[in-house]
Amino acid sequence: MDRTLTASELIRRPTHPIYRRLGDRVFQVVVVTLGLSIIALALLLAEVLLVEGWEPLRRFGFFGFLTGTTWDPVRGVFGTWPFIVGTLITAVASLALSFLPAIGVAIFSAEYAPRWLASIIDTIVDLLAAVPSVVVGIWGIFVLVPLMQNHVYLPVYYWAFENAPGLLPVLGPPAGYNLVTATIVLALMIVPYTTALARDAIRLVPRSQREAARALGATRWEVMRMAVLPYARGAIVAGAILSFGRAIGETMAVAMLIGNSNTLPFTFFGPAATMPSVIVNEFREAVEDLHLASLMTVGFYLFLISLTVNLIAAWLQRKLAVGGRAL
Amino acid sequence: MDPVTSPQTAPSTPKPQQAGQGEARATVAADAEPRLVTEGITVHYGNVVGVRDVSLTFRDKTVTALIGPSGCGKTTFLRSLNRMHDLTRGVKVSGRAVLDGTDIYANGVDPVTIRRRIGMVFQKPTPFPTMSIYDNVVAGLKLVGIRDRALLDEVAERSLRQAALWDEVKDRLKAPAAGISGGQQQRLSIARALAVEAEVLLMDEPTSSLDPQSTMRIEELIQELKDTVTIIIVTHNMQQAARVSDYTAFFYEGDLIEVSDTNRMFTNPKEQRTNDYITGRFG
Repeated sequence: MDRTLTASELIRRPTHPIYRRLGDRVFQVVVVTLGLSIIALALLLAEVLLVEGWEPLRRFGFFGFLTGTTWDPVRGVFGTWPFIVGTLITAVASLALSFLPAIGVAIFSAEYAPRWLASIIDTIVDLLAAVPSVVVGIWGIFVLVPLMQNHVYLPVYYWAFENAPGLLPVLGPPAGYNLVTATIVLALMIVPYTTALARDAIRLVPRSQREAARALGATRWEVMRMAVLPYARGAIVAGAILSFGRAIGETMAVAMLIGNSNTLPFTFFGPAATMPSVIVNEFREAVEDLHLASLMTVGFYLFLISLTVNLIAAWLQRKLAVGGRAL
Repeated sequence: MDPVTSPQTAPSTPKPQQAGQGEARATVAADAEPRLVTEGITVHYGNVVGVRDVSLTFRDKTVTALIGPSGCGKTTFLRSLNRMHDLTRGVKVSGRAVLDGTDIYANGVDPVTIRRRIGMVFQKPTPFPTMSIYDNVVAGLKLVGIRDRALLDEVAERSLRQAALWDEVKDRLKAPAAGISGGQQQRLSIARALAVEAEVLLMDEPTSSLDPQSTMRIEELIQELKDTVTIIIVTHNMQQAARVSDYTAFFYEGDLIEVSDTNRMFTNPKEQRTNDYITGRFG
């Protein structure tokens, strides 16, 4: 090559056959392999859980294990119902607790805050979502538990003791590690998720929708109520359900704070357990094969529940999404 | 449809005035009372001037078209007429816009009330997609707290009839508004503005996203509506301006260049730039 080629010579130069033919093929194979392997991974995961947890399913039955209220490694009787109850209570309560505040933050950040403040809030929300669960757990142990113990659980318990003894069985012994503590921490942990998803959904509402509402004489809040929130509802609800899914699967912080009791009924101030918390707390000491297998089975049920929740979220998002034609 | 036959466009003594760049001052002679009068409206986008010192008189129950090339400020001006700029950061409006004796920019005037009296229809139809057709029409009424079913029904029917949509949707008022055609959605948006008894209707290129058939329906509708409301329409389409309007104002680079009755504007414009624009030399 004794001289530099001009641009038009370079453009007309035939491309290398290996690059042209093979390149496309290689790319396709790589992408297809990766794409399919993610499906294989999910199936494999379910399969391992099912195979490893097969013995309890065989012994107690699919529904027997599901609804069995006894979890007694000593006697070798296992049922996952207490953990399902614990999981659903903490997840539902934490979602209920966090949903409105999260929407409030989202609305403020997306609609009301000046740009600089909104960007600070957004950064903090994203940061909070990234705090490792075990760090939240530590905070719960050292800050939240003593605080709640001294200012809520004990006073309420004493009050009930003197004025409404009928409530005592519901409240339970005022241990600091309990359902309420776990729920509060879970709520704090999912707030950033709900907020971020709702915020993005609100920001994506077309300007024309807001202006249409404004042009009818809507105030700021009425614009939100009549145009923005309905438009964004699909994504907001789906975001809440995804946060719910996270609350269901949240392990470390809950295991550190819920107190771990395997027997129903759970009380407000007494220890309880969830599906992830029982797995993480017991798998180290599970010496019996059946015990270990039962934890696998709990994992399998957890997998099914999470899958269902995510599918519901996807379905709701599509169902509530705003039909495309108009916009 | 033919502007020549419109009685409003046969003025006896038209007095279109010279409009300079700095001081755009113009009135049109007509029998109708002034409904909305702007005095020196200037709109700043940050440091950029979008509209410079525009004074215009919109007469009761007439149609005024705002024309001009892209970026000439006609839409910016239109949006200053119902305080839509209040919503946008960094936009500053100065000057006065007097609606029936009240400056809508005066202290203590609630933009929410103003927007109910001065309705707006946008370039793209903007039905609320999660609401039914019916709920869209009465959305503005519900905002002011009207819950009386019979009253809502009555207003919904009246507004839809006014917007020439009633016959097409009367059997599916509960159907989602997103399910009707673009032209119907635009008429629905008009019905929604009429339902709150808007006296002035601002239309920002209301047919630019519609097919010719739907465009024709909207243009016919504009002719019918001017019996009751004052219409100000921004349009890219000069034929449309000629077809639907009584008065035409030509904007160029943020200035109001010329305003006069539409016939005269399109046959014998005073300004060279107006002539160049309407004969297609630029724009």
